[in-house]
Amino acid sequence: MSESQPSHGLAPEEDGGRSRAPHRVIGTPPPAQARTLLGEAPGSAEPEAPRELPAGPDNPAKASTAEKVIAACFLLSMLASIGFIAAYVGLEVHSVDATLRSNLALGLSMSVAFLAMGVGATIWVRSIMPNVEQVEERHPLAASHEEREAFAKTFKEGAEASGFVKRPLLRRTLIAASVPLAVAPLVVLRDMGPLPGTSLRHTVWRRGMRMVVYGPNTPLRAADFSIPGQMITVAPEGFTENQDVLAKAVTIIIKFAPGQLVPNTPSKPGTIMNWTVDDIVAYSKICTHVGCPVALYEQTTHHILCPCHQSTFDATNGAQVLFGPAPRPLPQLPIGVDSNGFLIATSDFHEPVGPAFWELG
Amino acid sequence: MSTTEKLLEGTGRWFDDRLRTARPVRTFLRKIFPDHWSFLLGEIALYSFIILLLTGTFLTLFFQPSMTDIAYHGSYTPLDGVHMSEAYASTLNISFDVRGGLLMRQIHHWAAILFVAAIVCHLLRVFFTGAFRKPRELNWLIGVVMFTLAFTEGLFGYSLPDDLLSGTGLRILEGVLLSIPVVGTYLSFFLFGGQFPGHDIIPRLYIIHVLLIPALLLALISAHLFLMFHQKHTQMPGKGHTDTNVVGQPMYPYFMAKTGAWFFFIFGVTALLSTFAQINPIWIYGPYNPSGISAGSQPDWYMGFLEGALRMWPSWHWDVGGYTFAFNVFVPALVPLGLIMTGLAVWPFLEQWITGDRREHHVNDRPRNAPTRTALGMAGVTVYGIMWLEGANDIVARFLNISLYLTTEIARYAIFIGPVVAYWVTKRICLGLQRKDVHLLEHGVETGIIRQLPNGEYIEVTRPVDEEKQAVLEARSELPQIEAPVGDDVPAPSARGGLGKLRVSLNRVLTESIPLPHGNGHQPNGHGNGHAGEPTAVTAGEAGPESLEQADGDGSGD
Repeated sequence: MSESQPSHGLAPEEDGGRSRAPHRVIGTPPPAQARTLLGEAPGSAEPEAPRELPAGPDNPAKASTAEKVIAACFLLSMLASIGFIAAYVGLEVHSVDATLRSNLALGLSMSVAFLAMGVGATIWVRSIMPNVEQVEERHPLAASHEEREAFAKTFKEGAEASGFVKRPLLRRTLIAASVPLAVAPLVVLRDMGPLPGTSLRHTVWRRGMRMVVYGPNTPLRAADFSIPGQMITVAPEGFTENQDVLAKAVTIIIKFAPGQLVPNTPSKPGTIMNWTVDDIVAYSKICTHVGCPVALYEQTTHHILCPCHQSTFDATNGAQVLFGPAPRPLPQLPIGVDSNGFLIATSDFHEPVGPAFWELG
Repeated sequence: MSTTEKLLEGTGRWFDDRLRTARPVRTFLRKIFPDHWSFLLGEIALYSFIILLLTGTFLTLFFQPSMTDIAYHGSYTPLDGVHMSEAYASTLNISFDVRGGLLMRQIHHWAAILFVAAIVCHLLRVFFTGAFRKPRELNWLIGVVMFTLAFTEGLFGYSLPDDLLSGTGLRILEGVLLSIPVVGTYLSFFLFGGQFPGHDIIPRLYIIHVLLIPALLLALISAHLFLMFHQKHTQMPGKGHTDTNVVGQPMYPYFMAKTGAWFFFIFGVTALLSTFAQINPIWIYGPYNPSGISAGSQPDWYMGFLEGALRMWPSWHWDVGGYTFAFNVFVPALVPLGLIMTGLAVWPFLEQWITGDRREHHVNDRPRNAPTRTALGMAGVTVYGIMWLEGANDIVARFLNISLYLTTEIARYAIFIGPVVAYWVTKRICLGLQRKDVHLLEHGVETGIIRQLPNGEYIEVTRPVDEEKQAVLEARSELPQIEAPVGDDVPAPSARGGLGKLRVSLNRVLTESIPLPHGNGHQPNGHGNGHAGEPTAVTAGEAGPESLEQADGDGSGD
């Protein structure tokens, strides 16, 4: 139809009317009928090309039933969309219950609107459109030998004309110019962050700094622990809202019964008893695997467990690794009491806390 | 001519006068699309992506990618007065103070989950049916890159609300970056703008999540679809389906209507899920703080395999000359990912090298007809699956009521044993299915009718398989032969040297198959024809047409 651009109503030119459009004097109306895109121009004498698709459904009786079902689906979808708008206008949010009501109304109407459209369109394809199976030939993907030769020739001629091959000075200086140009975008990323320096080796803990219970932010006395008990998360006083500080300095303290802690000896690693107060021991809460907080503590076994990757540490024994991917014990924080009896750190951690890094050593 | 026709005519002419569109658009409208349920998997990914763009745009209208600390005073009263980042607070606002905001958030999250799931299923379909073979290697590579981008996009997306769960995910990301030898500490400091968590990570992830990766995905999706159009879609084996044609229904109106319906279904289902199935309730997790975590912390499903790898890997690390190789982190975090992605990327080329098959393929393989590829694929799926399950081992342990450590110990063995078993079992099943196909072709379908012959013998009557089925059963691309040296013969050039020998032995393994009954005009004869035993698997080197008869009947077993 449109493919061969037939020139209906005009005399074909000598070469069959293929070479060019007929000349037209400026000001005359365009030869509209010569360029029909849909259907044949009226009065055309040429025979119609055979149909590629049947005009009607395979089963007209089924199709007329399907038509009603499809129309019902589309009407349902329309109603649901109107319902969606109504729910948006009519239902307020600003509380959990109201939000849930709104979510239910909006979501349900939206789901129905979409699903009904989907169902309608599916029935349309299956029951109205005649079932056809067509075969399209595949053409070889590779170009012909001649086309490839022509391409090679064009490419070669272009390369020759450019002098890229013949003039190595140009070629090499161009490459030399490109390299730093390509590196420059990487260099400008440098200011995305400061250099690490030794910052991963230190926390804010200092001699005399009080430990406060994380959350209520109250200081702790050693005497507050009457019986061996749970794991308590503590933070350095004054830094309880500082996430950057807490990400390294957050610490757990556990009170043990006398004799439960296994002291460190030259032959066997354990808890450094000089760094404890009344059998209260403090460890970094940041897992030495990838830095999750080791937040689970099992009192009966004294196991500290990281919920992320299940590294397990023995709290009595200098937090030695019992299981899991953590490579080293949780660093122990030296603690003492100040003149008012409050728990304090007596220094910073003596080794870096948290996950291993290249310069850890 | 009706008014509508005149209008269409006018519009068509307007465009054709300017763009010469009549011919290309007609070709486009008449383009044939083959049908198969598995071809819809890629469309799920496409339409989830569109849903993600639409809902994501809505969310950006309200989301504040900022880590500035504020005290919350919004509608979610349990968190009233709590300090949190603006990112988290604005996510609460989207959930409780923007009408439809919660729905959009949940659709966005469900669509993301569906997006990656559909990509994985589509990728497996393409792999198992050999649809990556020449000429589609480029589209396969684009797909592998998009897969990587998709789950990175997901990770960055669910990290944005700055809730306790996603903040923990970012902490793990920091730990992984730190573990990278030589440059890790610097990478981490540059990404986070200093020490974790800093104030830069959310805005940086935000721009990557809403601009950089979506733009890349959009470009790659366009290229993916263009290549699919240009090379025409593959088709499943069937009567009249050949490597030189494509059989199906035209784009207009059939495929347009079907794919339109499919889009509505996918949007409808994600909307339905988002109405009834809560996803990522960040108000329950609370704002991020480095000290908090909850038990059973799980990433979204597509990061699960990396999480599992981190969980199962032992605590190996080296301290050498004052520097630390944190094998316990960077190996599980980066090596399985690298192996899976690199393996996927090189497989089409490796397979082509091993088989020596440089022909174009447009009719897909049935997975059973490529037993070794299918078995390797299942081995890969098993490795992925074990890592993925180990990523939820705390949930698995609680569900099965077994020790947490036992699940990890099992996974540490299963990761080696599992794929071997999967490979062997899959290959046996494939060859078994091939034998069944050969049996059907040779003996026909059992009718259940037992007949007594005049001489008293009972036979079961069978009927030949119908033509459609026969075409499916016989659709098998016979692979070319790489000649292995026999005795003192001079080996073919492709089989010379160490690499050549390796190639020949790999070829033997990869091409193992049950030969089809000989001859094209083969008719099932309805009763036993004296085969001594089951047909034996042969490789391409043995299965030349002239050797089929022999191989067919020797019945020596595997």
